[in-house]
Amino acid sequence: MKPIAKNGLLLIVVAVLAFAPLFMTRDAQFAGADDQAQQAIGTLNPNYKPWFKPFWEPPSAEVESFLFALQAALGSGFVFYYLGYSKGKHSAAKKDQP
Amino acid sequence: MALSKFKKISLLICYAVTVTIFFPNDVYAMHIMEGFLPFNWAAFWWMAIIPFVIAGVRSIKRTVTLHPSLKMLLGMAGAFAFVLSALKIPSVTGSSSHPTGVGLGTILFGPTAMTVLGMIVLIFQALLLAHGGITTLGANTFSMGIVGPFVSYGIYKGTKKLGAPLWLSVFLAATLGDLMTYVTTALQLGLAFPAATGGVIASSLKFMSIFAFTQIPLAISEGILTVMVINVLSSYSLKELQISSVFTGKELPTSKRRVKQ
Repeated sequence: MKPIAKNGLLLIVVAVLAFAPLFMTRDAQFAGADDQAQQAIGTLNPNYKPWFKPFWEPPSAEVESFLFALQAALGSGFVFYYLGYSKGKHSAAKKDQP
Repeated sequence: MALSKFKKISLLICYAVTVTIFFPNDVYAMHIMEGFLPFNWAAFWWMAIIPFVIAGVRSIKRTVTLHPSLKMLLGMAGAFAFVLSALKIPSVTGSSSHPTGVGLGTILFGPTAMTVLGMIVLIFQALLLAHGGITTLGANTFSMGIVGPFVSYGIYKGTKKLGAPLWLSVFLAATLGDLMTYVTTALQLGLAFPAATGGVIASSLKFMSIFAFTQIPLAISEGILTVMVINVLSSYSLKELQISSVFTGKELPTSKRRVKQ
């Protein structure tokens, strides 16, 4: 199998793994839920109070998702820049060889 | 070879589906939130990571001075962790979590280098996203930057020694490293919040059932994504991979060996 075909198939598997839960458990909240985490700790130790607050919190869910998207964009930008760069380098080196 | 891979992957999917049926909704999985470790534990984990961070900085410095050509690849390994930990993916347990992405860098540059890179990602998320935290940075770095990478590294080297094909050892290393990161998070919370009845073991098991099962499909995704990147790298960046000792040369097809010269 060609590398591209192989990776394409693998990508499909990843997409299925990521999206299947949305269809399998329809009534779920899919919260990343720091609130739920706080509840779990609250039941184990009702007296516990967090003793430190974040310096800054994203003011809304929209801003937070913007920042997460930005993080992913920056990261994938560099990953694919590198992959493209090495592909170009590879084919240039191949062209030089008779 | 392709057939057996499909068989393996479909088995894993069956497993994930089984997990859905048996485990309830309303769970969560993430890094430990700011302020949610008692002061003593927060300080303890901060101390615990110091030697690893020092070793990591040294290891990165050595890599960069010995092989300047690997700088870009190192940046790429960091960027990979950056992307993957920004992707909050829904899981079969009805909540969301994100992969860690440190397995790739571990395979390329060794575990302590990823302690540093993982910590940088965690600092970014703690300061700008209020995800994780500065007081819990020690604990989160310990799980994502130390336990995860060392597990990945051990599994990668071990399976290679047993003669497993490259894709399989990469897949297992990244998947199990990711999973163990969250098992560690569960243990850390269990230690800090012992249950009234059953103590540390009971509360660890409770956190474990929450964290680890949500993480299973995501860990598998991370394993597959890491294999994909290694696939691309092994066709285009062979020279860099040879320097960072992913390939010892023996398992390479002869057609590819010619390329390095």
